[in-house]
Amino acid sequence: MLASYPHLGPLFSQTQMHIPDGYLSPLTSLVMFLLVLPFWVRAARVLRQRLSTRLVPLIALFAAFSFVIMMFNVPLPGGTTGHAVGGALAAIILGPEVATLAISIALVIQALFFGDGGILAVGANCFNMAVVLPYSSYAIYQLIAGRSPVDSARRPFGALVGGWVGLNLAAFFTAVEFGIQPLLFKAADGTPLYAPYPLEVAIPAMMIPHILVASVIEGLVTGAVVAYLQRANRPLLELNLQPEAAAQVAGFRPVRLLWVALAVLIVLTPLGLLAPGTAWGEWASEELAQIDPSLRAIPEGLKQLEGLWGAPLADYDVPALGNANLGYVLSAVIGVFLTAVTVWLFTALLTGRRTGAMRKRV
Amino acid sequence: MFNRKRRGVIERTLAGISEALENTLFTEDIARRPGLLQGLDARVKVVAVVALLVAVSLSHSLAVIAGLYLFTLFLAWRSQVPLGFFVRRVWLFLPFFTGIVVLPVLFITPGPPLLTLLPGLSVTRTGLQAALFLLLRVGTSVSYAILLILTTPWATLLKALSVLRVPDAVIVVLGMTHRYIFLLLHTANEMFLARQSRVVGRASPADQRRWIAATIGVLLGKSFHLSNEVYLAMLARGLRSTPRTLEPFRLRQRDWAWGSALLALALAAIVIGRTA
Repeated sequence: MLASYPHLGPLFSQTQMHIPDGYLSPLTSLVMFLLVLPFWVRAARVLRQRLSTRLVPLIALFAAFSFVIMMFNVPLPGGTTGHAVGGALAAIILGPEVATLAISIALVIQALFFGDGGILAVGANCFNMAVVLPYSSYAIYQLIAGRSPVDSARRPFGALVGGWVGLNLAAFFTAVEFGIQPLLFKAADGTPLYAPYPLEVAIPAMMIPHILVASVIEGLVTGAVVAYLQRANRPLLELNLQPEAAAQVAGFRPVRLLWVALAVLIVLTPLGLLAPGTAWGEWASEELAQIDPSLRAIPEGLKQLEGLWGAPLADYDVPALGNANLGYVLSAVIGVFLTAVTVWLFTALLTGRRTGAMRKRV
Repeated sequence: MFNRKRRGVIERTLAGISEALENTLFTEDIARRPGLLQGLDARVKVVAVVALLVAVSLSHSLAVIAGLYLFTLFLAWRSQVPLGFFVRRVWLFLPFFTGIVVLPVLFITPGPPLLTLLPGLSVTRTGLQAALFLLLRVGTSVSYAILLILTTPWATLLKALSVLRVPDAVIVVLGMTHRYIFLLLHTANEMFLARQSRVVGRASPADQRRWIAATIGVLLGKSFHLSNEVYLAMLARGLRSTPRTLEPFRLRQRDWAWGSALLALALAAIVIGRTA
């Protein structure tokens, strides 16, 4: 699909990471703001406990730092240049909480002082670049670096991969935010009111240049700076390393991250509505006849069994809501809740009272 | 000085940094002129601009958005913002890219054809409308944001954010960040200049990358070190957990009048834009 709009690539990668006002509907901006709010509150609470008033200059200086390095031109092999966001680096050195607050502040200043990135879209921009980027790159860095010594080659490598994956994920979220606009917000005559490209254009247009250029820069810079700090400023790299301090600074709990990821997936469930056709192997008998008219005889067994169980949320829709998307999200929440309760009950039954001990370890 | 293509990474970064510093000076200059928006209370401006931005983004009518854009020109004119600069800053900067990005929309959006360029390639009515919506919305939003930025000194703007329920601690951090951005920009500028003055010929991209990484690493160390020193300085001067600001704002008659007029305009734009 991208082949037909080759010129979109570099532009998306250079300019669209800071979403300007006008690309997202006010409703999307509001939802993104509500999504990023708990991350801010939690980061501020965790850090305030540890750092109290020390927090203010730390965040201010790191926000200024991320702002400044966003201006650096970084050359790539092949002659292109681009800018790094620095989110992965901040997360690796000081933990994702500090990164979230510092990059959010830098983004707010860019919007308010330089008119770079929208004012209403500030929630979306912060979610993509100050939450998705640092948390995901930090998780990957931890995964690769593990408990290796400070001078291990695994650290710069983990930083490189973390930066690359993190920015790609941030770009993916941006693309999804763009891509759902024409599906959800149209004028009466079908004119898209905001970002006009559907998901099947927005995702490749954002992802291809990011995978090939922008995220490569983020990864290279993060990896190279970590390698430099290994040689020149080891204490800085060790700030976030002592296992206990690391857990505190980061407040990083893999299980919690999974819950967050789950919440994001729930919000994204209406995307399934956009796919044409039905899920393979999940046909109802009428659909089966439509798909293959030659299939004269619907298997009798299927017909008989179908009426046996009427799902309370048939087709994932909550009829009282009158909105398929909301119904989808609500169905997902109820489904996840039921699954979680079931798993919890099973665990409790099987392991007796040991679940408490397990939670402590997590 | 150089052929644009031959300018290296260092030169381009240097140029970018100087441009940012220059921009700031120019902005402060406009914010001091006696004009309509400069004379209003910053809180009124912040609330009005947010309301107008919401109106721009809620509108389903192109005419309403266009009207709101024309109003920014009026505001700019009354606030002694040079019109040429204002229009260029908005339309050459961001929406220029947006303009290229929306080009394919003209052709690929299904709808009644308006103008056929080649067989099978025609501009559709729906496509044209979609492109105009995006362009006008982005341009108008950026215009309002820039008007606010150009006519309000940073310190005042920050203080005014408290009407949007931004916590005091965040406002203090924003203020400090802004101050240290300039210090770090200055430091980076000096590092780049020092490097540039010692280089003969061209470094390979790999060398340049290594050097940029080292620069970032040094800046990172400096930032951390500086944050410690700033903290100690704050403690030494009697830091309390709650910040205080000098000279409280006071709303005058003129602020009330313009504030309600701008809000009424935003409200009218929302109502007309949603029903038209």
